[in-house]
Amino acid sequence: MPPLKLTQSLLYLDGVSVAFDGFKALRGLSLSLDDGEMRAIIGPNGAGKTTMMDIITGKTRPDSGEVLFGGTHDLTTMDEAEIANLGIGRKFQKPTVFDNHTVEDNLLLALKAARGIWSVFVARRHAAGNARIDDILGLTGLGDARSTLAGGLSHGQKQWLEIGMLLAQDPKLLLVDEPVAGMTDAETAKTATMLKHIARDHSVVVVEHDMDFVRSLNVKITVLHEGAVLAEGPLDVISADPRVIEVYLGR
Amino acid sequence: MSALNRPAQIFIGLLVLGAVLVPWLSLATSPASHLHIPEYVVTLVGKFLCYALLAVALDLVWGYCGILSLGHAAFFALGGYAMGMYLMRQIGVRGVYGNPTLPDFMVFLGIKSLPLTWWGFNHFAYAMLMALLVPGLLAFIFGWFTFRARVSGVYLSIITQALTYALMLSFFRNAMGFGGNNGLTDFKDIMGFRIDAPTTRAALFSASALALVLGFIIARLIVTSKFGKVLVAIRDSEARVRFLGYRVDRYKLAVFTISAMMAGLAGALYVPQVGIINPSEFAPQNSIEAVIWVAVGGRGTLIGAALGAILVNFGKSWFTGALPNVWLFALGTLFVLVTLLLPRGLPGLFSRKPRPLKGLPSPGPSSPIGEEPHAAS
Amino acid sequence: MFRIAVVSVSPVSRALRAGLGAIVALLICAAPASAGHGDEALARFTTDRFADTAEGIKALVASHLATKDAILQALGEGRLYFDPVRKQVYFKDIKGRLDDAKTGAPAAGVTADALKTVRVSNLVRSALQDARGSTGLTSSDPAKRLAAAHDAFRSHDPAALAAIDAALAKEKSPQVRRALAAAGAAIIALNSKAADQDRLQAVAVIGKQNDAAAISLLSQLRDGPKGDVQAAAASALARLQMQAAVWSGLQNIWYGLSYGSVLLLAAVGLAITFGVIGVINMAHGEMVMLGAYTTYVVQQWLDIAHPDWLGASLFIAIPAAFIVSGLVGMAIERGIIRFLYGRPLETLLATFGLSLILQQAVRTLFGADNRDVVSPYFMRGTFPLGGLSITFGRMWIIVFALLVFAALQLVLRATPFGLKIRAVTQNRRMASAMGIDTNRIDALAFGLGSGIAGIAGVALSQIDNVSPNLGQSYIIDSFMVVVFGGVGNLWGTMVAAMSLGVANKLIEPFVGAVLGKIIILVLLILFIQRRPRGLFALKGRAVEA
Repeated sequence: MPPLKLTQSLLYLDGVSVAFDGFKALRGLSLSLDDGEMRAIIGPNGAGKTTMMDIITGKTRPDSGEVLFGGTHDLTTMDEAEIANLGIGRKFQKPTVFDNHTVEDNLLLALKAARGIWSVFVARRHAAGNARIDDILGLTGLGDARSTLAGGLSHGQKQWLEIGMLLAQDPKLLLVDEPVAGMTDAETAKTATMLKHIARDHSVVVVEHDMDFVRSLNVKITVLHEGAVLAEGPLDVISADPRVIEVYLGR
Repeated sequence: MSALNRPAQIFIGLLVLGAVLVPWLSLATSPASHLHIPEYVVTLVGKFLCYALLAVALDLVWGYCGILSLGHAAFFALGGYAMGMYLMRQIGVRGVYGNPTLPDFMVFLGIKSLPLTWWGFNHFAYAMLMALLVPGLLAFIFGWFTFRARVSGVYLSIITQALTYALMLSFFRNAMGFGGNNGLTDFKDIMGFRIDAPTTRAALFSASALALVLGFIIARLIVTSKFGKVLVAIRDSEARVRFLGYRVDRYKLAVFTISAMMAGLAGALYVPQVGIINPSEFAPQNSIEAVIWVAVGGRGTLIGAALGAILVNFGKSWFTGALPNVWLFALGTLFVLVTLLLPRGLPGLFSRKPRPLKGLPSPGPSSPIGEEPHAAS
Repeated sequence: MFRIAVVSVSPVSRALRAGLGAIVALLICAAPASAGHGDEALARFTTDRFADTAEGIKALVASHLATKDAILQALGEGRLYFDPVRKQVYFKDIKGRLDDAKTGAPAAGVTADALKTVRVSNLVRSALQDARGSTGLTSSDPAKRLAAAHDAFRSHDPAALAAIDAALAKEKSPQVRRALAAAGAAIIALNSKAADQDRLQAVAVIGKQNDAAAISLLSQLRDGPKGDVQAAAASALARLQMQAAVWSGLQNIWYGLSYGSVLLLAAVGLAITFGVIGVINMAHGEMVMLGAYTTYVVQQWLDIAHPDWLGASLFIAIPAAFIVSGLVGMAIERGIIRFLYGRPLETLLATFGLSLILQQAVRTLFGADNRDVVSPYFMRGTFPLGGLSITFGRMWIIVFALLVFAALQLVLRATPFGLKIRAVTQNRRMASAMGIDTNRIDALAFGLGSGIAGIAGVALSQIDNVSPNLGQSYIIDSFMVVVFGGVGNLWGTMVAAMSLGVANKLIEPFVGAVLGKIIILVLLILFIQRRPRGLFALKGRAVEA
């Protein structure tokens, strides 16, 4: 029986709640993302941004609510690896790469391929994969660092490598958590360009504090506050909303 | 990186050479010759080679995958018991009680018929199969529960230690049917040859050297494949690997099981050379000692782990002979100094290439901070 | 329990007097009437025939011989001799001196070579037991009367009934009265000639007597000929066995709590170093061991310097052990562990190395053998509590463990130092920014955990062998307790220690100590796999990130 498509959205969250030891991190969060859309999510600390990502990627199970991907896959019943293989990639808040692998090996491990033990054991490098790695190295500007151990990269380079790894995974949806935190202005600009490039053929959710960066992305914005959506819309509408100003922008 | 790079080739070459040359120098030269190797040295080094194989097995899980098993002595001892059971069944009517099927301790305990667990152990091939399968199966079942529940870091270390401790207590019981306190000993023959004959000793030495070669090659094939890269990635950032779509628990389970089987093989070759297997082989301290061999030789190097095992055990033999009271001081100090000053083992002293240290917390949600308690960040 | 038994005395004595007049009269007639100076009785010991010896005992009891108790005592212990030629009887006193049995005076000119021992058979032994029953019953020492009453219960010789009745009439001690009544009841219950009604009453009395002798007597009746008495005995027996089962269950729970408090003592220091600061200290067991050796040293020193203070040795050892282990712990933290923060696996290995060094150091200083640590008087002995037998040592250890736990909670919750520890645990950087010297807190907290381990060592020196391996036997259990209870949760550690202790002791009677331990260990391994963060784990992002 082909699974019934419940929604046209690529990502669909409805009434998602989760509590940790009585602290309600999310209270009935609802969010819908269209295929190919890029969305920025902002909100003060503790608004539930990272928890939302944890729930989408299977790290945390919600207490209640629905999380659907592609209209058919119930993400609340899957683990991280299954969700990743469905086509959801995630970049952590702090850059998380494999320090003891070279930049190239980091990308190789991320590259879309069979993930079973035996196929991985017998896997050999092939031309298509090499070409893809070269592409990504070019896009992220890490071509010169190809053989460097990732642990030796600068903070910004690690962020780009991690974005590159997401690209290598070739997911349908990228979740990017604070990609420009701790970056210089030049690095921030470069990251924005990189993300806009990626958004051409992927759906992207970006969580970010940096309003200049969000402005430069020029996409629809969702404001989270105390575990629920406070406002949603283009930047100019959002920045005029008095509630948003009160909880977030005004401060 | 090729599986058999130059250092690997040299290591294998030396072992194969030793497997041929040492028996020859021991058996074919006259005791007066400078080149003669006394029988006790052959047995001693043969024993060390078994330890080296255990160290390679441990390095595979700890050095490459970050699983600090404090229970590898259990797999080693189980392999040893499988071999010991075969050797017991070979004694036959030459035992004190002269029972053709029952080992002496069973007659002594008034056991009338051979327990089911002992069936088939009169066949060498079956015993060797069990020496691999029993540790492998235990590791698989244990890992199945543990890795799926995402027990990791020190928690894992502590419960592996509890595992070997529980096994030690079990094997101490006569009711287990494996000889209780005394274990299995007084072996006579192996595959029809007298176990204490110089030729048998030499053959066991060669077998140990070749088993180490085999274990080493398997380990090299694993760590140089993409599978090996996934293992290192798991060690450095388990969560990242999971979000890339790899089933981390299955990778851990696979490498843990393979490693346990290698340890079992090492134990099976060890027992005929020392002539006894008893429950104290399960002692948690043995597992931790094996860890220090790997740490001394440099974890994540395989060759270093094997050399570390041989080096530390030479030290142990020398100390326990010359200064028995000092040995535990020396071993304890070794633990402290290596972890404190030489996180990459002795090779770290000579390595010029700075590399990021393993085990240092990497920033990010997937760092060990979230998985294990510790103070600093 | 007690009250019911005491109340039951009076109806029984009434039953005895009312129902047994005839039997008593008969039995008194059957007893040897010739109460004399005892020559005839003594002569019977010189024939070397068991039947004669037994008769001699009865005659002796009836006599007024002053030495009769001593003679019977000597006979029971094989110290009674006779001269086969002169037909004289002697006994050896405790120092080995030969006394004339009749006078009790030293026997001059008699050598042991000429004498033969008065031999003892089952027949003689049984006569002796009866005799002691009736002589002891009149003793002035209540303890002896009680013992005699118990003897009479076990032997249930109808001949003793008169003596019991007489004794009961005079007895003042409620405990002895109860025992006497039970002894009388035992005789009547087993007398198939007595009236059923009396026997039933007697069974009821025995049924309230909760000991092995009563159970054996009742089961004898139950297996006897069918009838009312048999049925009553069967139901009384069932009730007694039920009670016994409950008491033995309670006793096992008591043992469990006692074992649990030992676990708690060993683990609570670890709950600080591992649970709160997050350091894996494999040398924790050696901190316990150092505490035990400190106790030993304190006792050795007191023995030489202030022998009259020995009784207080533990009170001196407790602070001493806290200081010794605490200082060693702080030295370890400053010297090694602080370089390894954030590298738990390395910490584990380094501290394991330390544990080897400490063990070997103690072995070198004190030798590998067990050292004798004396228990002060208040730690010795037992007292009954209902059907329980409580040893003082175990009881004080439970109390002590709870006190240590309470004190620790107090330190952590109500002192500035505790506040700082908790602050550093929760947010190191913030604590540091607020001016807390985190390095100092780390060292002090580690010293606190180690010091408590030392105190645990003082307690363990009272119940375990003080040897260099002392700590090793507790380290795995301690880690299991802390992990089971939930890392960072002291109450969890307490609940875990007590429940593991009780579970261990409840399983033990069925499968034995070793298998019980293995089962618990395997269950724990399975539990940790299901809930890696323990019983009372903190949840949520706080521990994840």
